[in-house]
Amino acid sequence: MSKREADEVTGVETTGHEWDGIRELDNPLPRWWLYMFWAGVVVAIVYWVLMPAWPGARSYTQGILGQSDRADVAVALNDLKTVRGAQAARLKTASLEEIERDPELQAYAQAVGQSVFGDNCATCHGTGGVGAKGYANLRDDVWLWGGSLEDIHRTIEVGIRADHPQTRFSQMPAFGRDQMLSAVEISDLTEYVVALSGRPANAAAVRRAEPVYQAQCVACHGPAGVGDQKQGAPNLTDQEWLYGSTRADIHAQIWNGRAGVMPSWKNRFDPETLKALAVYIHANAGGQ
Amino acid sequence: MWKHHTKLERHSLPLVIAILIVVSIGGIVEIAPLFWLESTVEEVEGVRPYTPLELAGRDIYIREGCYTCHSQMVRPLRDEVERYGHYSLAAESMYDHPFQWGSKRTGPDLARVGGKYSDGWHKDHLVDPRSVVPESVMPPYAFLAEKALDYRDIQDKIRAMTKVGVPYTQDMIDNAKDDLETQADPFAAPTKFQARYGGKVLQRDFDGEPERLSEMDALIAYLQMLGTLVDFSTYQAQAPENRR
Repeated sequence: MSKREADEVTGVETTGHEWDGIRELDNPLPRWWLYMFWAGVVVAIVYWVLMPAWPGARSYTQGILGQSDRADVAVALNDLKTVRGAQAARLKTASLEEIERDPELQAYAQAVGQSVFGDNCATCHGTGGVGAKGYANLRDDVWLWGGSLEDIHRTIEVGIRADHPQTRFSQMPAFGRDQMLSAVEISDLTEYVVALSGRPANAAAVRRAEPVYQAQCVACHGPAGVGDQKQGAPNLTDQEWLYGSTRADIHAQIWNGRAGVMPSWKNRFDPETLKALAVYIHANAGGQ
Repeated sequence: MWKHHTKLERHSLPLVIAILIVVSIGGIVEIAPLFWLESTVEEVEGVRPYTPLELAGRDIYIREGCYTCHSQMVRPLRDEVERYGHYSLAAESMYDHPFQWGSKRTGPDLARVGGKYSDGWHKDHLVDPRSVVPESVMPPYAFLAEKALDYRDIQDKIRAMTKVGVPYTQDMIDNAKDDLETQADPFAAPTKFQARYGGKVLQRDFDGEPERLSEMDALIAYLQMLGTLVDFSTYQAQAPENRR
């Protein structure tokens, strides 16, 4: 059955295999294909020599180029540093005020700040920093922990209720959940807070809540309700609310005393980036 | 030689055996050395097996198919390191079975997500992703907050991990349930739990509902430790033994 013979029609020799009367022409491989194949083999051998390739008993062939992804990325990051070079170096030494005063440095800090903000901060504070319920709006001029350059820088660095040892910390008690005040007292207090923000409220409830407010709330929010940025106590007389402005929102906040967490960013960013971010936020919000 | 080939081609069993031998050569050359070459088996300080709660969270992560959109591998490329942080080390997923590497990212890479956002954000985001990220295409997982975590089989899960080489001790297996409950309870005594898993373990009420141990607790506990085990302020990336 394995008999090589020429095909009658084409004159091409067959492979000699025959299956149920079907025979196979033994045409040569197309030249271009064959050359590509051998070229591929040559490239593979060159590759073995240049690049890490073959495993051995204890190590592997390193290749004469000594290629390493980790070394490559280190070089790439270093190049990036060089590109940023002088400006990044000045960012490191200049004070926050100096950065903000110098137009060139300010523009650079803005660019760095914007890109860093987009991936890291906008997730909670919203695109452009517009905030959401429970996440502070960074575009208005209302601040919980202070809106000066130094304050903003410090907040980013240590976080709020974060794992940094010097983190900013405040605690609003859960007056309802922990049964520190009665349901009626909390309803009255809600009216009191609504009145503080300059909106019409139930006068009798406000009167009843006055002594409760003076006993429970003044320590942080102050007698007039303007808050205290040193303690992170919000101003209750403005129209900006972290957890919502409706009576139901205010009631829920007095009842549950929710408090958010902002991570400390000290270990995630280098000092220059922290500064750029502070300048960016300060400039885009109504910084103080 | 080529004449004998006919014998092989005409007997199916020898052919199958021969095929297996030829195909396995590729595996033997490419995969097997990874298990013994010192330069590929990397050991880095800080890497530890998952705590029982994290392991339970990881199982939920896999069950819900989070990996179809999120990878856990920061590649050694400039833009990835700039965005996510230090590139992932092999050692960081040495106790992952299965690993969560990949390059298919519909959502962002999560290899370094631990500590990047607050527990509260993770809960808000899992319950309703668009409440915090308006342009997100992630489906909501609100039921995780309602569903009690079923951890009756946590000891078996950990025992299964030991079968594939994760170095859990007998002590860890015996106290798995205890450790799981301890980690989700900010008021539980942490001493023994920390003795087993190290002082850096996170112990708190992750989902903001202290009276309930939900699947949300487990998943957030897992997310919050991702990529936090190695201290990169002391890791020597350029040291000869760390170069690859």
